[in-house]
Amino acid sequence: WRPPPAASLQPPDVFATGSWDNEDNRISLWSAGDLGNVGLNGEYHGEPHLLCDIQHNGDVMDMQFLDQERIVVASSTGTVTIFRHHQNNQTLSANLRWEKAHHHVDQDTSCGGAACTGVVCNNPEIVTVGEDGRINLFRADQKDAVRTIDNADSSTLHAVTFLRTTEILTVNSIGQLKIWDLRQQRNEPSQIFSLAGDRVPLHCVDRHPNQQHIVATGGQDGMLSIWDIRQGTMPVSLLNAHEAEMWEVHFHPSNPDHLFTCSEDGSLWHWDASTNVSEKPSFLHQGGRSTTYLSHSTINQSVVSAWLSNDPTKDRMEITNLIPNQTLSVNSLDVLGSCLVYGTDAEAIYVNRQLFA
Amino acid sequence: APGSSRVFVVRRDQDIYIQTLRKLFNESHGIFMGLQRSEEELAGKSRKAQLVQVSKNYRSVIRACMEDMHQAAVSTRDPALQGQYSTQVSILSAMELIWNLCEILFVEAAAAGPLLLRLLDWVRLHVCDVDSMVREVLSSENPSKHKLFWNVVDVFVLQGRMDEARHLLSKEATANPTSMNMYKILDDLMKKMPMPTLGNTQTLTELELKWQHWHEECQRFLQDGTFASNPHMESICKILLGDEDAILEKRELMTTWYHFLVTRLLYSHPTVKPMELRFYAQSSMDMFLGGESSPEPLDMILMAAFEFEMHQVIKECSIVLSNWWFVAHLTDLLDHCKLLQSHNLYFGSNMREFLLLEYASGLFSHHSLWQLGVDYFDHCPEYGRVYLELHIERIPLSTEQKALKVLRICEQRQMHEQVRSICKIMAMKALRNNRLGSALSWSIRAKDAAFATLISDRFLKDYCERGCFSDLDLIDNLGPSMLLSDRLTFLGKYREFHRLYGEKRFPEAARLLLTLMTAHIAPCSFWMTLLTDALPLLEQKEIIFSAEQTYELMRCLEDLTAGNVDKQKLQEDDVETTKVEMLRLALARNLARVIVKEGTVEGS
Repeated sequence: WRPPPAASLQPPDVFATGSWDNEDNRISLWSAGDLGNVGLNGEYHGEPHLLCDIQHNGDVMDMQFLDQERIVVASSTGTVTIFRHHQNNQTLSANLRWEKAHHHVDQDTSCGGAACTGVVCNNPEIVTVGEDGRINLFRADQKDAVRTIDNADSSTLHAVTFLRTTEILTVNSIGQLKIWDLRQQRNEPSQIFSLAGDRVPLHCVDRHPNQQHIVATGGQDGMLSIWDIRQGTMPVSLLNAHEAEMWEVHFHPSNPDHLFTCSEDGSLWHWDASTNVSEKPSFLHQGGRSTTYLSHSTINQSVVSAWLSNDPTKDRMEITNLIPNQTLSVNSLDVLGSCLVYGTDAEAIYVNRQLFA
Repeated sequence: APGSSRVFVVRRDQDIYIQTLRKLFNESHGIFMGLQRSEEELAGKSRKAQLVQVSKNYRSVIRACMEDMHQAAVSTRDPALQGQYSTQVSILSAMELIWNLCEILFVEAAAAGPLLLRLLDWVRLHVCDVDSMVREVLSSENPSKHKLFWNVVDVFVLQGRMDEARHLLSKEATANPTSMNMYKILDDLMKKMPMPTLGNTQTLTELELKWQHWHEECQRFLQDGTFASNPHMESICKILLGDEDAILEKRELMTTWYHFLVTRLLYSHPTVKPMELRFYAQSSMDMFLGGESSPEPLDMILMAAFEFEMHQVIKECSIVLSNWWFVAHLTDLLDHCKLLQSHNLYFGSNMREFLLLEYASGLFSHHSLWQLGVDYFDHCPEYGRVYLELHIERIPLSTEQKALKVLRICEQRQMHEQVRSICKIMAMKALRNNRLGSALSWSIRAKDAAFATLISDRFLKDYCERGCFSDLDLIDNLGPSMLLSDRLTFLGKYREFHRLYGEKRFPEAARLLLTLMTAHIAPCSFWMTLLTDALPLLEQKEIIFSAEQTYELMRCLEDLTAGNVDKQKLQEDDVETTKVEMLRLALARNLARVIVKEGTVEGS
């Protein structure tokens, strides 16, 4: 499929996409069309157009911008590559490549390569995780891995994100959320959290931008879980969200009362937990016609953030589905400022620049 | 016969792999799904309008694709590719032509009157060889002096574009005042020409009457010799009168027989009924081709459409076109218009289903368009599910994410067999790569108890070999999935025993250990290990096992050794016999101590 498993938006008029399931996969950079004419309502009419692209070996499993010019891409062959975007002549080139960053021990089967499922960066450090249960720590300028934790997990690690500059969070396919402290030398997680009940695989994780103890994860059954990692080993709230795997979850980086999730069932939900929802004018999205109010059930009590509040009658969250005609899975999304971009399995990319209009 | 060997070269259907066509497949999939889901309750006019809209959507997708393909053909430097793209453009254009005609005749089912207007639009849209000439003349400074001027006027007249023709003629009139008289008459005739309208403002009978009257007027002017001095205008008048020879003279401007047909109808039978089309079509084609050239496949398809032979149209298209996209979608649309009788093919399913099945199967052969194919199979009531079951198992599962998507599709359709088989494949792969946790999560998804047992055995084997557990994070956190298989439960509980022991909670540990054996949760092969684990507990200073428990332990040991009596191995293996002896000794000692302790009366 042409369209993307991951896209990241930086700065808000250029975004990158990666394709999967093609014989010939490509990484592409697009300009989000603010060169178009401004219409009557101030809407942009321009369509995103392709700036440059480059061939990529294997499916693109995850990607993130390292800085203004470089993108880190995780491949299904187990290779992690940094691509550099040359803005003067609009080309992409492979800058640095870590082959076999993820591989299975027995080299005879599966050609040794295991898919790298998640990548996260905090310039200049890059952390990757994969189907081989391995965690790698790279630096953007060094050829060899700075640190590798082999067999960090007996199951597949699906996603990783930074908790603090020296700590990372991983989720795996037996429903566990683990914290790893990279300063320590031992190859054990410093904490393990699990879901109560069925150990449903967790596919994505994201941390609240300002309040670092709040973490959101999405699972194979489409459930959104909010965790408070200061306390307890179980999630604070469980929200029944999608009908199928939730592929990505993102807190809005500058407006963290807003959360976005996308799923295999073809929908992309915008969760708005800002207080005084009743007084806020309703959103006018181009497609979102179905809005539901959900009062969430909570397990633990905590006061600080709207995400952790426990008053089911008062605190209501407004949830909007941003896709009018859903057919195939939405694989990935990214949000920055007032721009949202997401890609689907129907080989289409959508850009919404008026998120909070 | 021996000796006649042939080698078949099997080639994949190349069309599916053309990049620009993928947009066609994807967008049309969206339209298809929309159609299937659309409201069936809408009756009559609104339903028809809806179906016409769907048809228009399909056509705009074809046109968009044509544009892209054209761009690609223009921008590529590789001549082979360019040839391929150009061919595709002409194929797409032919498809749109056919589809448009089918829309007019079948979907919209235009009645006499509007029928002609639609056909005129159709011709104007598709016969565009003359467009460049028209543009050239219109943009020149002095159009009436242009050498192609009269050609363009003729084109307008032939296509029924009266206003445009009159506009051009007026330029000629101003440039050439001597023919002012003639021009005025001609202009007047053209202005007054009665045309069918779309609304209900006139009935067919009214139109016919008006037209008859107008026709006689033109006839009079021609016979009076009004235009005798200007051959161009005279021929225009003849065309207005529907003179077939005059029209045929302009053959190069019409380029196709169907243009000729529509022009003929415009000027001789504007109130033509749909069912009458076939006669005019046949005669038009014969007249136009005149025995010089034989009809092409496209011509045959269009002819079949004019004859309202829907099945024939579809059949011919299937033969001519290389992939099933066109016929599958068109047939589906016609089926929704309730126009196709269930024309049963020899293996029982109807034509629509047959074509959709073929198309979707083709999609599955593509490495990434298979997801579209799933939805098509869903809407084939008879055989769709079977086809899907067979195809979905053959999708190569290169990454876990792809496997998850395939699984989700199977689960949504309750295809349990396939779910099990896919999970087994993934679990085996994981196992081979030593990812025991992944393997376990796959077997949990499939609720595959047998496989869970296999994995637990693997864990236990590892433990026996290494003396410690691998992947503690998994075993410690099994949760309710522990109950999936007995062996798995045992594994969890055994680990718990180790933990209790490590935390020095000996009585609980002891109780657990005993339960594991007496409740037969532990496999027989493991009993020896369990009993050996009991040894340190027996040897503790503190008495941990009660008398009851000790008796139980002894019974277990007897059960174990009794079974091995005839095995020579036991006698040969010193370690084993030593173990058994030590156990017997420890058990006896414990028993002694515990009986004393329990017999002792406290206090006093």
